[in-house]
Parts: sequence; structure tokens; C-alpha cells
Amino acid sequence: MDEALRDFGFNTRAVHAGQRPDPYTGASATPIYQTAGFVFEDTESASAYFNLQEYGNVYSRIMNPTVAAFEERLANLEGGAGSVAFASGLAAQAGLFFALLEPGDRIAVAKALYGGSTAQLNHLARKLQITLDWVDMDDPEGWRRAVTAETKALFAETIANPGGNVLDIELAAAVAHEVGAPLVVDNTFATPYLCRPFEWGADLVVHSATKFLAGNGTTIAGAVVDAGTFDWSNGRFPSIAEPSSAYHGLKFHETFGVYGLLMKLRSETLRDFGAVLAPFNAFLLVLGMESLAVRMDRHVANALAVAEWLREQAGVSAVRHPALADSPYRPLVDRYLPAGAGSVFSFDLESGRDGGRRFIEALSLWSHLANVGDTKSLVIHPASTTHRQLSDDELAASGVAPGTVRLSVGLEDVDDLLWDLEQGLRAARGSTVAA
Amino acid sequence: MNEFQDRRTIQEIVRNARTVAIVGLSASELRASHFVGYYLQRHGYRVIPVNPNEERVLGEKVYPSLADVPEHIDVVDVFRDPAAVPEVAREAAAVGAGALWLQFGVISPEGARVAREAGLAVVMDRCLKVEHARLLGRMHWMGFDTGVIAGSRS
Repeated sequence: MDEALRDFGFNTRAVHAGQRPDPYTGASATPIYQTAGFVFEDTESASAYFNLQEYGNVYSRIMNPTVAAFEERLANLEGGAGSVAFASGLAAQAGLFFALLEPGDRIAVAKALYGGSTAQLNHLARKLQITLDWVDMDDPEGWRRAVTAETKALFAETIANPGGNVLDIELAAAVAHEVGAPLVVDNTFATPYLCRPFEWGADLVVHSATKFLAGNGTTIAGAVVDAGTFDWSNGRFPSIAEPSSAYHGLKFHETFGVYGLLMKLRSETLRDFGAVLAPFNAFLLVLGMESLAVRMDRHVANALAVAEWLREQAGVSAVRHPALADSPYRPLVDRYLPAGAGSVFSFDLESGRDGGRRFIEALSLWSHLANVGDTKSLVIHPASTTHRQLSDDELAASGVAPGTVRLSVGLEDVDDLLWDLEQGLRAARGSTVAA
Repeated sequence: MNEFQDRRTIQEIVRNARTVAIVGLSASELRASHFVGYYLQRHGYRVIPVNPNEERVLGEKVYPSLADVPEHIDVVDVFRDPAAVPEVAREAAAVGAGALWLQFGVISPEGARVAREAGLAVVMDRCLKVEHARLLGRMHWMGFDTGVIAGSRS
């Protein structure tokens, strides 16, 4: 039993972490524990589980062994102490901020953010009396200018959706720690294969596991991962360090140390939110993550090939892929994303809103849908879908041009992807003649 | 990781220890020391409380100091102010304990050095309960990273 003495590589951990052969049956694949409750051994054990004195399964709204296999695998790959899964990425984010924040607190948030996250944070701010300080993450002084004595967290995406802005993680972490706040990074677009924010000073990572972690576009899922290194007893986080009224006076940080926030997230936040991940969905995630590294290498290569090809095409005015040689983010990519900058990026058509519509309608292989990080190549035209109520001026204010198209490049043969894009570009330029 | 978090040392203590004296074991069910003592008892370790301010904790007689414990101690597990650790380390060496284990936040390089020079195995800034749960217990049911990677059925 010396396996715990070896530092295993990323691929080995992606295949094995969190999942051991089932001790009862020998099952090699992760069993799907499709059960609501778990029978207690005896009354003493039952109360020990409820009192958090012993690790035991109680109820699948709080924990489940299949879900735990996903949680441990993700925590292991990120280099964290542990993780708590939620029903979606947005549920994970809401749960984390609900656990961290008190009315009157502030959080500094990157402006370049997934629209769903922006909407959620605005909603939380209104309901919970939180103030959001929006930050230009490309400005080296942006974070420092935004933080105040009330700032309780800094939040940004490793690679922003859809702008492709790359976060200077070390810089943001340094500012966060100067004010005694954690840096929370949404690592969805990078995955732990391309970037591990904890290695650069981040304290917490959130994921929409729906994307590259699941890999096949099968599952809505999310998670919070804790590095286990933040000092919650610094006087700024009473809900984690002081006796909890929601758990009969328990001091989570003092009692559970590096696992304090995770215990609180599970035994209070998830318990009370109820936004729990289903065991079958966790099974799909565990399965998907086994091939994470192999898939990401292909995603990265295909996306870069498509981006470089698009730059040469008539009717394309801009390609925003952060790993392109002339991208303003290229130095940050070299530093934080040496194995690649993912496979989601956007480009602009000269032919504007109508051109975008013609482009989408002419495609036959790429799927027009609102997801990213699938094995299949996906495309969306914000001006005719997610942002269609906005005028051209309002679009510009949200960082989207009328002709902006977002791509999520999948694992198909690149030649086939380019063939289809060529059909779309020809239509966007106004030609109705088929090749 | 510091030099007192050697993985082999931790494994050997968790697997081989039988008697654990917990210095600073609290009678309050909400304190970390009580969580650890309760857990170790449940998992078959003999737990001996050491605390001058208590008489019985977790159903066991409490001793005011390590020197008063009338049986062999495998591990001295410490929940005390770091300043108290060097003295505890000397007492642990004097009673012939096998290991000194300093819990999360109980960081005393001097205490660790004293114990190591006396021949004790030393672990610092780690939790005995967590390490048991990680290597032998059920911590993987809670989404924590145990670091255990295994494709065989042992």
C-alpha cells in the first residue's frame, strides 16, 4: 500500500483520482449510487454523521458516493483540498457567494464575464445588499483601484467568455491577499489541464462542469474547489470562523481547519440550497474527465487551426483568440496557459447583424446552440440570439459587435470544420451561389 | 510541505499506532480536539486524555500530565499553544512515546526538533483524524482529495 507515496501524473490522476475499485463488488467503473438515503449502521453512527464527527453518508441532498467521486477527481486535478458539486455552474457560484458574503459586503468582479454570471451577480447584489465593483481585468491597476476595506472576494474567469481576456492570476491574487480577501477564479474555459489557478495564488476555483469536464455536452453540473490555504480566521469572515447559528454553534474553520469552508458549503449551503448534482450526472462527469487531457490537446489544436484560417478569410474583420501571435493576451497565455488557451473564441464578420444570420443559416456541420466545450463544434451569433433585443449601440456597450460570432471548436477533422465555415462565410458576404 | 509531513511517517503512525494520548483534549463537543478524540475511539484506537482541567472525557479517565499516564503511549497528539510544545515534547520523550503529532496550527519547530532528537517520529501541522480518514477511512465520501490512487482491490 505505497500508492500514497508517489506523485502521480495528470493523466493517471484524471483516470483514477476519486474512484477506487468498488470494495464490495469489484466493479471497475464508478457505480451509480442512485439512492436518496443511506441506511445507518446504528444510532450512534447516525448521530455521529449528523454531528459531523464521522464521515458518513446521510442523504443525497448533502453527499452521495458517485458525486463524491467527481468531487475528489476535480479537487485532485486542480490541486485543491476538496470540492463540493452543485447542480450547475451558476448554482456553485451562488452557493459560494452565499456562504462567503454578508449584507453590506463588496466583491470586485471582472467586467469581461459570462453574461449569465453577470446577470446572477446583479440579482444577488439586489437581493443580498452586496455591492459589485466592476474591474477592467486588462488594466494592471484595475484590481487595486477596485478593492476597498469591505471587499470580501475578487472574481474573474481564467479565460473570459466570450472576449477571450486572460486573467493575470498572480497579480489579482496579490491584490486580494493585501486586503485579506480570497481570489475566486472561474476555470471553466481552461480546465485544470490547461491552467491550475491555485498554483498562481488563487484561493477558490468554480467550474461549470457542463463544458470540457463533462466533455460531451451531456450534463449540467458545477463545483466549488477550495485550495484549503486561505485564512478564514483573519477577522473578516465571521460566517466561517465564528460559531454558526445554522449548525448549533460549530466554528467551521477552527474545527475543520483547511476543510472548514468545504464542510460549511456542504453541510449548510448545499443542505439549504438543495441544488444538488444527480448521481447519474456525476457518473457522466467522472467518465468524461478520464479523457480530459487527450480531448483538450485536440480542442486546442483544432481551435488554433480554425482561428489562423479565419484570419486569412475575406469578410472577417477580427479574430479574438488569445493564443494568436498578435493577441494582446499572448504574454499571459505564455505564462498561464502554455499548453493552450482552450477552444472557445469569437470573431467578427464585416457584414454585421444580417451577415451573421446568413452565416449561421448556411452552416451544416457546426451546431447552432447555446453551449460550449462539447466534442461537437458549436456556433452562436449573439446579435440574433442571446443579445437580439439590443440595439447596435447597446451591443457595443456589452462588448459584442453586430457581426460577432462565437465558436466552440470540437474534435472533428479540421478540414471538415473549415469546409463548413467557408460555406458560412460565402453566405455572409452575400453570395447565394453554392460552391 | 515542511520536513515534518513525511508521507511514509504519517502512514506508519496511522496504520501501526494503538494508544494515542491527546494533550489538551477538551470536554466540549464543539472543539476540534473532541472531534478527533471521538473519531479515533470509533476507529479502534485507545484514547488517553491529558488535561489538568478535566476528570473524564469521552468516557476515559483524564490524566493531568503525560508523566501520570500508567501505560505505554504510541502517539502523543497535541492540541496546545505552540509555546507549550517543547515541554510536551520533552515529557513525551521521557515517557518513551513513539511519536509526537502536532495538530493543524500547532507549529513549533523547536518542539519538533526536541522530539526528533530524542528519537520520536514527528508530524507537524497535520490532523491525525484527517490522515486516518484519508488513508483508511471514508474521507473520499465527502469530496475531499485523499491523494489515494489505486486500481487494485486492496
